[in-house]
Amino acid sequence: MSFTIKVNGNSHSVDVDGDTPLLWVLRDVLAMTGTKFGCGMALCGACTVHIDGVATRSCTTTIDSIGKSQVTTIEGIGATPAGARIQKAWLDHEVVQCGYCQSGQIMSASALLASKPKPTDADIDEAMSGNICRCGTYMRIREAIKLAAQSHVKGG
Amino acid sequence: MTFKRLPSRIEDGTLSRRGFLAASAAVGGGLMLSLSLPLGPGKAAQSREFVPNAFVRIGSDGKVVLTMPYVEMGQGTYTSIPMLIAEELQVSMQQLRLEHAPPDEKLYANPLLGVQATGNSNAMRGAWKPLREAGATARIMLIAAAARRWDVDANTCRAQDGEVIHTLTGRRLKYGELATEAAKMPAPGSVTLKSPEDFRLIGTPAKRLDAPAKVNGTALYGIDARPAGLKIATLAQSPVFGGRVKSVDDVAAKAIKGVRQIVRLDDAVAVVADHMWAAKKGLAALKVEWEAGPHAGLATDDIARELEQATLKSGAVAQNIGDVGKAMAGAATKVESTYQVPFLAHATMEPMNCTAHLRKDECEIWIGTQAVARVQAMAAKAAGLPPEKVIVHNHLIGGGFGRRLEADGAVRAVEIARQVDGPVKVVWTREEDIQHDMYRPYWYDRISAGLDAQGKPVAWSNRFAGSSVIARWLPPAYKDGLDPDSTEGAIDLVYDLPNFHVEFVRVEPPGIPTAFWRSVGPSHNVFVTESFIDELAAAAKQDAVAYRRALLDKSPRARAVLDLAAEKAGWGRTLPKGSGFGVSLQFVFGSFMALVAEVEVSKAGTVRVRRVVCAADIGTVINPDTVQAQIQGGITFGATAALYGEITLKNGRVLQSNFDTYQMLRIDDAPTIEVHIVKSSEPPGGMGETGTSAIVPAIANAIFAATGRRLRKMPVDASLLKQA
Repeated sequence: MSFTIKVNGNSHSVDVDGDTPLLWVLRDVLAMTGTKFGCGMALCGACTVHIDGVATRSCTTTIDSIGKSQVTTIEGIGATPAGARIQKAWLDHEVVQCGYCQSGQIMSASALLASKPKPTDADIDEAMSGNICRCGTYMRIREAIKLAAQSHVKGG
Repeated sequence: MTFKRLPSRIEDGTLSRRGFLAASAAVGGGLMLSLSLPLGPGKAAQSREFVPNAFVRIGSDGKVVLTMPYVEMGQGTYTSIPMLIAEELQVSMQQLRLEHAPPDEKLYANPLLGVQATGNSNAMRGAWKPLREAGATARIMLIAAAARRWDVDANTCRAQDGEVIHTLTGRRLKYGELATEAAKMPAPGSVTLKSPEDFRLIGTPAKRLDAPAKVNGTALYGIDARPAGLKIATLAQSPVFGGRVKSVDDVAAKAIKGVRQIVRLDDAVAVVADHMWAAKKGLAALKVEWEAGPHAGLATDDIARELEQATLKSGAVAQNIGDVGKAMAGAATKVESTYQVPFLAHATMEPMNCTAHLRKDECEIWIGTQAVARVQAMAAKAAGLPPEKVIVHNHLIGGGFGRRLEADGAVRAVEIARQVDGPVKVVWTREEDIQHDMYRPYWYDRISAGLDAQGKPVAWSNRFAGSSVIARWLPPAYKDGLDPDSTEGAIDLVYDLPNFHVEFVRVEPPGIPTAFWRSVGPSHNVFVTESFIDELAAAAKQDAVAYRRALLDKSPRARAVLDLAAEKAGWGRTLPKGSGFGVSLQFVFGSFMALVAEVEVSKAGTVRVRRVVCAADIGTVINPDTVQAQIQGGITFGATAALYGEITLKNGRVLQSNFDTYQMLRIDDAPTIEVHIVKSSEPPGGMGETGTSAIVPAIANAIFAATGRRLRKMPVDASLLKQA
């Protein structure tokens, strides 16, 4: 059946079964490949997007559950203040290695920063422990989130 | 593994410049594929281009395009390789555009490996001289072209920031303006490379060229390939290794919206659909009966028992020094142990995938691979085509760790594509990826040592059994029952051991494919040797660092990193009850590394690695920031294996399936890692895998210090550490 969803401010109509996860609608139907497939069971966080600003695993979020909510993906997160600061911190601090998990990491980190401008280590653990990185960039992720938080405090 | 026994295609790591020139002239640059690149689309070769060798192309528009012979899988080669070329070519990193190298073993083989592959931590070791020479050759020819244009002596010209400058008059010409003429200049017979004190890029932190695309979702991995007309497929391979499809009922699957086709192979089924969800649903709806085959009863314990038995018989002698038998007989104390390490899956974050389009007389492949020429050769075989009829588009790699040195995924995709009209992207589910990996081998070790009255080791004997990945992957390197990977870290130890004997017994497990896995041989051997030397220190009632140090008179570089790691970690400091320090020391992949791990063991037996201090001497550092990142990452990868990593089989099936049953270290459990690099002007060593092998024994030794329990089998078993 047909669903209309709003992604990064644009409306898209797709004709898929209602139980189709948003991940596959984004990647295979809308050709937005920045959101990654990692596990299909909300265990690794590679597919994280925002739904109305909340970090959400798109691999277990069905298309029929989205309704009029706003979906934001890695392709659009740079247009949000928190997302732009996180992306900049990621570059300044050279976080990425293979990079495959980083779309999801950035989406989780952006949601964290938007809701908690000065996250503690415990906040970072809670918000980021759902995102696996096999390259082992965890230390830099933690440091980059703190860097992004500081840039906010400074008004940067 | 250092492959020192392997006859290299090119002696002493120097690529033949003339060979490149001849080859480049032959292909005219026209065969160099323009792919989806991190820095934007590559440009097709133009006629007015300067192509001095297989790595550098300078257009008349001034664009400097570098062809990357080593792939980018996170380890930073797409930054450090350009640094080598740019250093000698005298261009800034911002002026560069990058291309993935096409399959061509004549041009792009790793000189240390003899094949076109990125692995074994040797991209930098292989590239160090030839890639700087590639840059220098181009620079000399550009200078020659400018000198001719100005009619001056080339010695009065120099290159800087993409320009040739006539020093006496200050005249300047940009490289682009010289491209056409430079192409006509004779190649210099030999080039003199810069002295280290003249380096302006090498040794300074360079920003990763691939990073911007990786933070905004535009970086393209193999799984992101979308050629026109693409269908998506997912597959189920025989759950028992070696099994076959008996029957398929596809009525329900075909009724699912978006499902286009069911593909049946001998040992697998695939559902082809409009998108992955339809393919997954279709696969779930398929009723497949399997013929389990000869391995239907196979269990991990059977394999372990077979390996254990194998260590009771003699094997191939990997190294023998002195007379172990005599020394052992005269020893005051004897220490004997057995060690085991499990099968491990790679679990790259990007699940296995490959897109294939088989046409009448050619095949096109989209993939992220560490071994593009191997993919081409094996896909050609599967397609029944000559290799040159297989076009391979390589991509960024979402985690390699050795998994993507294999071409099994490309073969599968071709087998499926044979039955599909148009391009098909085959995507492994995570479950399929973990249950049909090619695994880090299981190894079993029987090791013993004799100590003199002062506790000093006078005899060391080690015999271990397991799979030889090399024997399958690179047969010429497997000789007389030995290969350079299986034994690395077990022989040529840093310690002064006067009577030393090591044997390897090759035993291939039935049905289970084995493969390289980040640090491979050393991932096993360093765990065993560094745990065992710790046992000897304990038997001698000596401090673990002091005991090692006393055996390092002949290895000052090893002693220096051990001292540095101990000092920075505060070795000897009293830790709270239930916590402990563990040390490890290794020389593998051409680099020296010492680690000190600080762990905490709870009453329930759970282990937390709090802090890791690393000291390393890796020779000349190219990009210090990448070195830090790779060591941090390697340690995290190894710590994950030590704490959680284990693939087990029952009834011929892998029991683990996704990240709930094959767990990964996460940010809330990740240790803080400090990396200290010793300054060195030796040639670069490898470092992408060193942290992985070094951390496992450091953790095991720290657990011993914290609890008194010696863990001789990985991964850590909390039940053994639980306090009553």
